[in-house]
Amino acid sequence: MSHATTSRRDFLCVVAGCTAAAVSGSCGDLTHTDFFRKRFREMGKEELAQLLVELDAHNKKRFGKDVHVGAEDAMPDVEFGYALDINLCTGCRRCVHGCVDENNQDRDMEIQWIRVLEMEKEHGVNFHHADPYYDHETVPHEGKFYLPVACQQCRDAPCVKSCPVEATWQEDDGIVVVDYDWCIGCRCCMASCPYGARRFNWKEPEIPADEVNTDMHYLGNRPRPNGVVEKCTFCIQRARKGQYPKCVEVCPVGARKFGNLLDPNGELRYVLENKQVFILKSELSTRPRFYYYYG
Amino acid sequence: MKSTVRLYTSFAFGSLRIITSGNRYYWGWMLVLLTFIGFGAAAYISQLQDGLITTSMRDQVSWGFYIGNFTFLVGVAEAAVTLVIPAYFYNWRPIKEIVAYGILLAVAAIICCTLFVMVDIGRPERFWHLLPGFGGRLNLPSSLLAWDVIALNGYVLLNFGIVTYLLFTMFRKAEPNNRLFMFMVWFSIPAAIAIHMVTAFLYSGLIARPYWNTAILAPRFIASAFCAGPAILLVALQLLRRFTSFHIRREAIWKIAELMAYFMGINLFLLSAEIFQEYYGGKDHVVHLHYMFSGVDGHTAIVPWMWTAVICSVLAFGMFLSRRLRENPYTLNIGCALIFLGVYLEKSMGMVIPGMTPDPLGEIFEYVPSWNEIIISIGILAIGAMLFTLMVKIANQILHGQFNVDQKPMV
Repeated sequence: MSHATTSRRDFLCVVAGCTAAAVSGSCGDLTHTDFFRKRFREMGKEELAQLLVELDAHNKKRFGKDVHVGAEDAMPDVEFGYALDINLCTGCRRCVHGCVDENNQDRDMEIQWIRVLEMEKEHGVNFHHADPYYDHETVPHEGKFYLPVACQQCRDAPCVKSCPVEATWQEDDGIVVVDYDWCIGCRCCMASCPYGARRFNWKEPEIPADEVNTDMHYLGNRPRPNGVVEKCTFCIQRARKGQYPKCVEVCPVGARKFGNLLDPNGELRYVLENKQVFILKSELSTRPRFYYYYG
Repeated sequence: MKSTVRLYTSFAFGSLRIITSGNRYYWGWMLVLLTFIGFGAAAYISQLQDGLITTSMRDQVSWGFYIGNFTFLVGVAEAAVTLVIPAYFYNWRPIKEIVAYGILLAVAAIICCTLFVMVDIGRPERFWHLLPGFGGRLNLPSSLLAWDVIALNGYVLLNFGIVTYLLFTMFRKAEPNNRLFMFMVWFSIPAAIAIHMVTAFLYSGLIARPYWNTAILAPRFIASAFCAGPAILLVALQLLRRFTSFHIRREAIWKIAELMAYFMGINLFLLSAEIFQEYYGGKDHVVHLHYMFSGVDGHTAIVPWMWTAVICSVLAFGMFLSRRLRENPYTLNIGCALIFLGVYLEKSMGMVIPGMTPDPLGEIFEYVPSWNEIIISIGILAIGAMLFTLMVKIANQILHGQFNVDQKPMV
């Protein structure tokens, strides 16, 4: 039985006033379901550990293989940053598909966290001349350049500000995350994001069992229920173990750079100090940690 | 003590008797509403089962018809103020006689607002996350939706308190003039402005959406609310006069119509200021107004609706400027219908959809509400209409001295 069916059943039970029946067993142990689950940030260590064990068991039943949901904390003295060379990007969209596989996005509605925009060289970066649905035999296409956009992990994130229930926040390493079991699905964050980076699960997401990435993070790529918002997390399940995000790894031309902004000898600092860097919609003062540059 | 209990029970049972009896028009109306509610409930069950995919909303246009209706109805709720001020601050008798109906309309409208938000959210069973004290958490002071939850709930409690106190006092044959009551009445005025300001800030605070990100949005909301709310009320009051023993003085209707004319003037003035600013400057984000009034790249789904809205509003303004036309019952009602239509289209679809189209990355996704969305919305409006009818039916007898502590209701 899937995640959301359980919670919907619980919901109907509660609405119908059969809470008593639920406690006595017919609706299962309610305190361990989505419905009564606490906000991630308010959970105690032991409570969280127990929950993760339960999630693993649940996911094993769902996908028929060993799955691990971790909850690694931010590493000390780390602030992640990202840089993308738009001179190198060819618009091949390997990052998009690598991301879908890595982060267990819904295959049915084709939820994609990265949108690659094709723009005209003569107009420069201008969203009114952007086409996300370009479809050529070969890329790059003449006269065009490509601007991949995902969550910009803003320092002053409008989405975090607008969430009425604090279901989305910024972690100590700068990653903006969503608690999928706390989000009420009001979509204020989507209305407030200037980069169109957030995706909503308009239906129960589908992930084929043979394609599921079993290495998961509670705040990242674990399967999401219907009716909540999700977004890029810099592959939190990889980044916090010292690995590159999937999009960096799969980019065939090396246009994507990722690292610790606080590391004075890091790649990111080199780019920021030596290249022509710009950020998207700088006039909005969101202060992104995602930089674009002309390599 | 015993007599107090008896007072409450006779109030409750009497009210129950009133709403369970009525002529064939009453039952016919109830049946129509129940049918709409039934269809709405069925459509909502299918939305609960399949998810919000049953709507036409998608990531590019992530708010739609539900939130549009919500916005419009916040305005309707606010409009009770247009009666409260003349009634209690100018002590003007013709309006004081009918002020309770305005407040009841506000209560019904806010309940509809809450329902529209409930059907819009992806995880309605998690509504308790909004309730501090029940384990929930409100993101204050930064989230405008959190403020809106407080403002709307506070407003509905306040108005429900005012009107129940008023009716119950009259039921007891006493005069409603204690200080707490007057304080509540006084407080309901800034509270009404507050609910609509907070709702406007919910939009105008979004830096990602230049069409909404304008200081003029809150004043526009308030001006249009003061046109559309009274329009509904005027029609409802006339229907009441037609079908019940309800009495309303012509002066009251004329005064309300006059106020509507002023506010429609202000509303159109603010709209034209907005249009000038966008078109003359010709900045990139004039594209949202283009989408609204002329379409962009052949996407013209909402253009006819927006022109209908403008034409209705301008026509109605012209009519209401003429004293003769707004005091003639026929032209008055035509004017009310035009105002209602004009403001409804401008403020529900015309507010939300161009704000979201094109999306922040420039994509144009053409949104037209799905049938499921429309049926659910009609169901919610029917719930509101039913609540309003029931409350008015009780209030009507109390206000006309047909139902009180010594007298069982007339059925």
